[in-house]
Amino acid sequence: MNSAMAPGMTPVATPFFFYLLSGMAILSGLLVITRRNAVHSALALIVTLLSVSGLYFMLYAPFVAGVQIIVYAGGIMVLFLFVIMLVNLERVIRERQFNRMWPVGLAAACALLALFLSVFEKGKSLFDRASVPLSDKFGPENTQQVGIMLYGNYMFAFEIASLLLLVAILGAVIMTKKRI
Amino acid sequence: MNALMSYFGSKQTPGVAGNQLWALIYIFIIFAGVAVIVICMNWLERKVLAHFQVRIGPMRVGPHGLLQPFADALKLLTKEDIIPQEADKVVFWMAPVIGLLAAFTVYIVIPFGPTQAVTDMNIGILFMLGVSSLGVLGIVTAGWASNSHYPLIGALRSSAQMVSYEVAMGLAVVSAILMTSLNRDGTGTLSMLGIVQAQQQQGIWFIFKFFPLGLIAFLIFAIAMVAETNRAPFDLPEAESELTAGFHTEYSGLRWSLFMLGEYAAMIAVSAIAVTLWLGGWMRPFPNGLAGAGWDFFFALWPGLTFIGLGGLAFLGVVRMPSAQFFKIQRVGLAIFALALAGLGGLLIAITIGAHYSQRNIIASTSAGIAYVYWFLLKVAVFMYLFIWYRATWPRYRFDQLMKVGWKVLLPISLGVLIVTAIVGMIL
Amino acid sequence: MEITTLHYLVVAAALFVLGVIGVLTRRNVVIVLMSIELILNAVNLNLVAFSRMWGGLHGQVFAVFIVVDAAAEAAVGLGILIAFFRNRETINVDEIDLLKW
Repeated sequence: MNSAMAPGMTPVATPFFFYLLSGMAILSGLLVITRRNAVHSALALIVTLLSVSGLYFMLYAPFVAGVQIIVYAGGIMVLFLFVIMLVNLERVIRERQFNRMWPVGLAAACALLALFLSVFEKGKSLFDRASVPLSDKFGPENTQQVGIMLYGNYMFAFEIASLLLLVAILGAVIMTKKRI
Repeated sequence: MNALMSYFGSKQTPGVAGNQLWALIYIFIIFAGVAVIVICMNWLERKVLAHFQVRIGPMRVGPHGLLQPFADALKLLTKEDIIPQEADKVVFWMAPVIGLLAAFTVYIVIPFGPTQAVTDMNIGILFMLGVSSLGVLGIVTAGWASNSHYPLIGALRSSAQMVSYEVAMGLAVVSAILMTSLNRDGTGTLSMLGIVQAQQQQGIWFIFKFFPLGLIAFLIFAIAMVAETNRAPFDLPEAESELTAGFHTEYSGLRWSLFMLGEYAAMIAVSAIAVTLWLGGWMRPFPNGLAGAGWDFFFALWPGLTFIGLGGLAFLGVVRMPSAQFFKIQRVGLAIFALALAGLGGLLIAITIGAHYSQRNIIASTSAGIAYVYWFLLKVAVFMYLFIWYRATWPRYRFDQLMKVGWKVLLPISLGVLIVTAIVGMIL
Repeated sequence: MEITTLHYLVVAAALFVLGVIGVLTRRNVVIVLMSIELILNAVNLNLVAFSRMWGGLHGQVFAVFIVVDAAAEAAVGLGILIAFFRNRETINVDEIDLLKW
């Protein structure tokens, strides 16, 4: 990131906060997939979501960061915690937590990671170049510009997303009825 | 030293100006201030509720019960810390901390004055809505970690209630944001400072704009904020007669006081949001109607006069106290309190008069800052009194009535207000 | 050291791989769903990092759509889980193996 900043957006101690937030995100991600207790996993996922939201703030995307906090951490995770409480079985904690095929899964994931790292290595020169100077789209007017794009270029996708949410609401209500 | 002095002449909040020293000072002041306000609210709630119920409340601990909150705090600190045996210790410990964090993080964006805020984010309102929705997580984890059915049901009910009223709250906030875009240059803003400045530019508090649309939006937010903070008449999840104190049943001593601190801090935070969005924030009454240096000076004297008035009331209490030997120490204590209040008022008046006659930057900006903070806190204090009034007057909602009001009444009304505000704003 | 786009991409790749491991190895359905949320977050981070690199807002708008999509999917997925749990009393993916019973 070069230092042609939009007015009023001087970054402070950027490498420190980047390493702190990404370390927290990856550590909590590890906790999510390894905890025996589902509530601990959910709390670790909340920490991950908040760290990723902090990373969005650092990437000059305050609107996406705000949406992440409101929708993901404040809405979806509450839903997860509700469901965990509803399906909480005592015997589940004492059973086996990992699949019988866990070596295969782990090998597949490591192969995926190796693929990613090789792509990054080959394309290192592409990603390293200095980013374009910050336009005023990333400054104090970010929310307004995202709104203009949502209601301008992506109006059709916006309407379909609202339809998707309506279908999801109906689906969730019907799925959990005892007698349809 | 330079960082200390440069704040007094700047026109920006410390966070925006990069002044970390003053941002830290403000954070410290906010912590101390919220603690003081919570102590006062504790005393005020018991006394006001008592007077509503034609009795007099605590009178023994200090003069007129003024030391009662300190006695309560001492008791809570020295109570035994009980943790249920099968409870999940880590989550049990973390639940009040989450609630407290969510309540206190909102204070970063609350503007007590044009430069008297910790910082001014461009997405202030969005940040506020998001962080206050994290408070639900504290309640849910508290109920689950207690490993007992009363807290679990209380936590589930409380979180269902909070999530339902968040929607209506968000829509009411959006219709207030719409009104900020009716400025002369046509751009709206999400930052809290920008909202108050928009009210300043348009010359009208948003509660009176497009009458009655602003008023209805404000009322929807006022109802939703009472439900958000689990206060009466929406306090079924923590009512004593229904659920034996709901989600904080198993918490004792210091942990319970953390919950109470978080609840009062959340009350003050949402009242501050309501004041910023609809009641003009830090502006004094009638800044356009009663303008001019004379009126400015008159309104600038109000902070000091208020404290002198409070001191006078306390002195009246001293005079009216019975003159038996038993009350001697209470009379002395109350007289000292009255003198302290009057002294504070005198100091504020001295600063105001000094700012009027001298030209030094630091005194003038301090006096202006005190005036801004005073008007803001006065409006928040009105809301705090309203919270206590609601608790004294109205019976509790049953849970299904509560959910019905949240989804079937408030949500359609707030949607309607939003649409009509948008249409009226475009036409006018 | 200056933080370039590559740093954000590496973080996103790490989160993605952690999510894939969670989906492939855990037996608890709720934790599998949470790993899917990890994957979606990694994709979002990637999009927003590239949006910053190229200077347009398309990445951020797409990230908002993905967040909306994840909410809808979590709601429906958890609804299905609850409906299934009512009948079979189990939340192990190994035991949820019949289309109709």
